[in-house]
Amino acid sequence: MVDARGQSCPIPVIMTKKAMKSNEDYYEVMVDSKTPCENVTRFAQSQGYKVEVEDKGGEYLLKISR
Amino acid sequence: MAEKKNDKLLIIIAGLVIGVIAAALAFAGNPKNMGFCIACFLRDTAGGLGLHKAPPVQYIRPEIVGIVIGAFCAAFAKKEFSSKGGSAPMTRFVLGFFAMVGCLMFLGCPFRMILRLAGGDLNAVFGLVGFVIGIVCGIFFLKNGYSLKRTYALTQGEGYWMPIIEVVIFVLLLAKPTFIAFSEEGPGSMHAAVILALCAGLVVGVLAQRTRLCMVGGVRDLVLFKETRLLWGFIAILVAALVTNLVLGGFKLGMTDQPVAHTDGLWNCLGMLLVGFACVLLGGCPLRQLVMSGEGNADSAVTVLGLMVGAAFCHNFGLASSADGPTPAGKIAVIIGIVVVALIGVVNTYVKAEKAAAEAA
Repeated sequence: MVDARGQSCPIPVIMTKKAMKSNEDYYEVMVDSKTPCENVTRFAQSQGYKVEVEDKGGEYLLKISR
Repeated sequence: MAEKKNDKLLIIIAGLVIGVIAAALAFAGNPKNMGFCIACFLRDTAGGLGLHKAPPVQYIRPEIVGIVIGAFCAAFAKKEFSSKGGSAPMTRFVLGFFAMVGCLMFLGCPFRMILRLAGGDLNAVFGLVGFVIGIVCGIFFLKNGYSLKRTYALTQGEGYWMPIIEVVIFVLLLAKPTFIAFSEEGPGSMHAAVILALCAGLVVGVLAQRTRLCMVGGVRDLVLFKETRLLWGFIAILVAALVTNLVLGGFKLGMTDQPVAHTDGLWNCLGMLLVGFACVLLGGCPLRQLVMSGEGNADSAVTVLGLMVGAAFCHNFGLASSADGPTPAGKIAVIIGIVVVALIGVVNTYVKAEKAAAEAA
């Protein structure tokens, strides 16, 4: 679980990238606006993961799996 | 994958539209290669409001009003507007301040740097080199854990201030009360018709909000993640502005006698180095800060105020360059700026990490 809520660009993506170094099949990333949501999704997809976005009323839970 | 392609196509189209508008504005009355310049226009607006007294650069620029209001409307319509803030506001103010010192050393923000390139101004190549070096400096800190800590949701009213202030400023432009200054000569006296400039700003504001366009983000994401989406926006603006300039006769290749520019390569480079460095630590270029201030981000609004106060200081203290070149005081200010920005990087990367390690132990 990566909590990237409220972080400026591009820190949510960097946090996700760092977490992915552990090379697991499932990650959860929490962000609180649309831009990091798109950016993390784009990055995860470029790394061969699938992304499911859950809208939690202004916050987004990204379920990243492969 | 299809979605990804659409993504890229969208920002390329947006970039092309913005590039054409930006180049065309210079033919509608704006200074040459200055269809848009966030730094110059915030500086002119600061002058119009009397925050500095440099006669050639005082005018309330409707483009700025348009960008903020356009971004506000786009964000509001897409339910992306939300009042947020509280991530190191004073640090952001200082970063904004020194980003402006760098911009006014070079004579343009990253947006105008592209437009200068598109006009054939080769001095901007030195700026671009410095800009990339500055971004790489910022990335070094990002990679090592730099963060200004998170923002929080604020009271609903907070995010409305910037759009409201822009509307008030626009009313002052229309009403022309005696305490608002308007340049009679120099760049500040050169401007497109108010309604045209406002509409151009609105279009750019909407497009920039939807695409998250950011001049710093392009190079940054390429180096950090090999992600090219934002860079395509940057390139599309360059190509569209270049073609428009060629068609309308605004292209003049060379270094000397370029409009609102000087030929000191070293200081063009160092000025933009400071801009790239500060903007990476801020999370976006001046245009992006302006757009986010319209989305309800109070931290970005504070950054915009930092940019404006920085511009006022630059002209009050003689730090801003002119066509004759940089000033000695401006050089000192840029060096101080690079040192301060580097210190901000160090403090928010390492000092914080040490503290967290101590807390964990």
